[in-house]
Amino acid sequence: MIYSIRLTIAHYYDQPAANSRHLVRVMPRTLANRQNLTTHLLEVFPEPESRSEAVDFFGNKTTFCAHRDQHTEMTIHMSCNVDIHPPQKWRDVSLGVADLGRVCETLRDLGSESPLHFLGPTPRLPPNGAIRDFANDLFHPSDSTVANVIRIGKALHDAMTFDATATTVDTDAADAFHLRRGVCQDFSHIMIIALQSLGIPAGYVSGYLRTLPPPGGVKLEGADAMHAWVRAWGGPDQGWIEYDPTNATLVGTDHIVAGYGRDYSDVSPVRGYLRSSGGQQNTQAVDVAIVG
Amino acid sequence: MQTQQSSAQRKTQQNLLASYGVQGRGQAPPNDEMLATNGTIKPVWSSFFDHLNSLTPQDLAARFSRGDQYLRDAGVLYRQYDETLSTEREWPLSHIPVIIGEDEWQVISDGLIERADLLEYILGDFYGDNTLVSSGQLPAQLLSQNPAWLRPMVGVAKKGRPLLNALSFEIGRGPDGKWWVISDLIEAPSTAGFAVENRIAMGRVFPNFFANANIYRLAGYFQDFQQSLMKIKGRTTGEVALLSPGPMNQNYAEHAYMARYLGLLLVEGEDLIVQDGKAMVRTVAGLKPISLLWNRLPSTMFDPLELDSNSMLGAAGLVQAIRDGTLKTVNMVGAGVLETRALMAFLPKIARAHLGHGLAMPNIATWWCGQKSQRDHVIANSARMMVGDAFSTVPLMADPHTTTFDTALGGTQSQQLADLLTTNGHTLVGQEAVTLSTTPVWERGQLVARPMCIRISMGRTEKGWSVMPGGYARISAGDDAKALAMQRGGQVADVWVSSPKSVNTPTLLSAPKTAASRSATHALLPSRAADNLFWLGRYVERAEQNMRMFRAYFSRICDGAKHSDTMPTYIRDQLMNGVAPDATAIAARFDEPLALALQSASRINDRFSPDGMMALRGLVKDAKALGDTFVPLDDIPVQISSLLRQVTGFAGLVHENMYRSDGWRFLSIGISLERAANMCDVLAACLSAEPASGAVDLALEIGDSVVSHRTRFQIAANSMSAADLLALDPQNPRSVRYHITRTKDHIANLPTQADDHNMSHVARQVLLLETQLATSQPAMMTPEALVQIKQDIWAISDTLNAYHLA
Repeated sequence: MIYSIRLTIAHYYDQPAANSRHLVRVMPRTLANRQNLTTHLLEVFPEPESRSEAVDFFGNKTTFCAHRDQHTEMTIHMSCNVDIHPPQKWRDVSLGVADLGRVCETLRDLGSESPLHFLGPTPRLPPNGAIRDFANDLFHPSDSTVANVIRIGKALHDAMTFDATATTVDTDAADAFHLRRGVCQDFSHIMIIALQSLGIPAGYVSGYLRTLPPPGGVKLEGADAMHAWVRAWGGPDQGWIEYDPTNATLVGTDHIVAGYGRDYSDVSPVRGYLRSSGGQQNTQAVDVAIVG
Repeated sequence: MQTQQSSAQRKTQQNLLASYGVQGRGQAPPNDEMLATNGTIKPVWSSFFDHLNSLTPQDLAARFSRGDQYLRDAGVLYRQYDETLSTEREWPLSHIPVIIGEDEWQVISDGLIERADLLEYILGDFYGDNTLVSSGQLPAQLLSQNPAWLRPMVGVAKKGRPLLNALSFEIGRGPDGKWWVISDLIEAPSTAGFAVENRIAMGRVFPNFFANANIYRLAGYFQDFQQSLMKIKGRTTGEVALLSPGPMNQNYAEHAYMARYLGLLLVEGEDLIVQDGKAMVRTVAGLKPISLLWNRLPSTMFDPLELDSNSMLGAAGLVQAIRDGTLKTVNMVGAGVLETRALMAFLPKIARAHLGHGLAMPNIATWWCGQKSQRDHVIANSARMMVGDAFSTVPLMADPHTTTFDTALGGTQSQQLADLLTTNGHTLVGQEAVTLSTTPVWERGQLVARPMCIRISMGRTEKGWSVMPGGYARISAGDDAKALAMQRGGQVADVWVSSPKSVNTPTLLSAPKTAASRSATHALLPSRAADNLFWLGRYVERAEQNMRMFRAYFSRICDGAKHSDTMPTYIRDQLMNGVAPDATAIAARFDEPLALALQSASRINDRFSPDGMMALRGLVKDAKALGDTFVPLDDIPVQISSLLRQVTGFAGLVHENMYRSDGWRFLSIGISLERAANMCDVLAACLSAEPASGAVDLALEIGDSVVSHRTRFQIAANSMSAADLLALDPQNPRSVRYHITRTKDHIANLPTQADDHNMSHVARQVLLLETQLATSQPAMMTPEALVQIKQDIWAISDTLNAYHLA
């Protein structure tokens, strides 16, 4: 299947901004046997004075751009085609959580895929008692890691209400959990803290969802903007699995990965810094269609 | 005679030593810098001790206060942080040095150099191949869960070697007489500058002794370090700058001092911008490239775009400039990971694997509780352990969060500790609570022994590491080694390395090579510094103006006028913004600008003369005293006149002593524009008043031009003669025109960003105003015209700001 993805992010400044710099992470990744980025284009308006591409620590494609002159809005357009492979046959070969912990202690690899980076905490996701208790209540030591991940993800989905007005991009996971409301970012952050409290390596995934459901399916939450979900490590044989707590589903061919990180701050689509005295408004629009 | 002398001396010596015991018990301290175990003075201390003995208590008191006076005058302060506010405190110099013989110093230096090389190797590995982790010499979590290990810097290390160029260490002497490293100060070590200031102060305390004693001087070290910075910069055209967190940082005074001493540009994050992949500094002459930053920010704060996004201290894009190879830093950004406490637990093993032998100078014994064997050791020996955060970079003994488990520990508590270590072991370390050696300090007229440790700096030169021959000691406030921090009342002392032979005495000022680079760097004026100088000028002038009004007001009150009389009411309403008829409120009108002036000046510590700072501090203090304390009415004019003399003295300092740099021009422009605008206000108010009211005389009085008027005009003052003298006279340094002309001359000499033939916008504006004033008649100086002129003056200020200071 070939997905055509289009993203538009616009920033409007109340006062003209100058000397701005942005770090953009929106381009889908190429992942062996799963997704293959083919044609792609990232445009920034106004045309930046300087622009460069790089790959960050976790292997995500990044674009740096700088605007010197005054401007009142900045727009980022991304369009690309991604070839999505048919789903792999999948079965649960994950370790029990206790064995998983013992394996983690023997790991000595600090490469970008190493579970060691995902044991937490991070400055953005400190441990939280309420979330830990929530996870503990659901935890079955005799079950596999993956079974526990799915149970916790599903329970979190059921406990939370999707509410785009309850939180912002800066809301703490602990606060969102207290409200039992939030968006995909909050769902994912809470789930990461929950899994890490049990010693399960867990990370943040940013990406895209197909806009229209397959025939007979339901439209997924979060398809009109960039989406986020969770990945968890089930041991050397299982490797990483991905779970979308916002939609209570294991990740299949409806999800396209753009970035892997420890939390939102590692993969935020646009990180920016500018000199401006006023506020700013941001908009984002996404369209993901199957074109072949 | 001679016998008597020496017996007298012996007597004092006994007295000096009588109090020098453990906790006042009169026993010799067991592990002391000055006394050997048998209670005799160690040879390296003996000549100093004799010198101390030769001085009377009165002599000593006078000398100690001379040293303190130097530190106050030089503005050496430290910031004390409370829950809510930070205050500046006097630098707590202990006036007794710590003396160490050169042989022992050599051993210390060799040990620290070995350690520095090991740290360089480890840092390269942390940001490179990670073999220490992959080979199992270091637990992976110490990096993967370490907030000081900066992932954006991984892979960058390959280009920038050596990664470490300036280090400090804190060392202490254990009960066995051997030295231990207490902490590695990798990031923003604040040592060297304070050591120099201590040394200069000590030169004032013991001038004769110091000149003749064979004590290693510090200047040679800085010469070497300065040259190595220039070498790291290489053949690039960019500047070398010291990046400071700014005046609110406790070590800002040291940053300013080092920048001035080494001839570096002192910059803050807001001065920097990355353009076309290059780090640039905003100066009054436009953007200028920076090639090397001596970074004194915590690494995570260096770049809000790629590191801590909450950082207000760094500049966006700096990490990318490093990656692109256009910017170098001392030390490598991310080097702070080496300060991680838990790393100390593994250094001995890494040293044995890398060097083939243990470290000549070990660090304080440390156990990481993430490993069972180490954890068990901490639990079993908890009575002599300190326990704290494994990833913190604050030395454990200086950290208020450190837990000690000593004699008071009951059974439950020790069980709690064991539980905590088992569940959260990987976030905790145990460190042996050390007993430090003691050194003499002077307390209440006696020598007493206090625990101490020493901070030592080293810099990389062409010939390898160069260790500063001296340093500064931190001395505990009591018998407890944990009270070393100045925040908790500890003191600092100068460390003297003494030689049996004569030592050479270099000084940084004599090296011609360094003098050349100094002048080149100082020609650049960062826009922020210019802005602060401009405001310094404006605030001081505003204060002076308001002092003159205060004097005019109270001279009338002292002559018997009531606050409610016509003239006092007129002055308050028309000239003082309707202030309440109250001395404190009126005094606040100059107190506040003076406080702001001091604030501006302290932000540009590196560009403003110590004499100027001293004058300003005195002014602020005296002005505040006048506002705060009750001054009898009759004394007010006298007091305020004395303040006015001080403020004029400050202006004199600016115009007689300051180098005619761009910085001086901005300061002078600030004074001129403020004075001209204020004079417009005074004239607009006074010239519109009833001719009989005395308002014209008031204007002349505030404008300090009563005498000038008498010489220039043979008539009693009227609105025409006052307008002529105070608005249009080109020779009167109190007139509007005089200051517009001066501003015009300054602006003509500023570095311009436009091409040579076209006048800049601000130059055009000020020339137009000057021409208008030059061609005006006194009768044209109506209140409306004066208000317009004032608006023109502030328009010039706005353009100047947008053009040079933004």
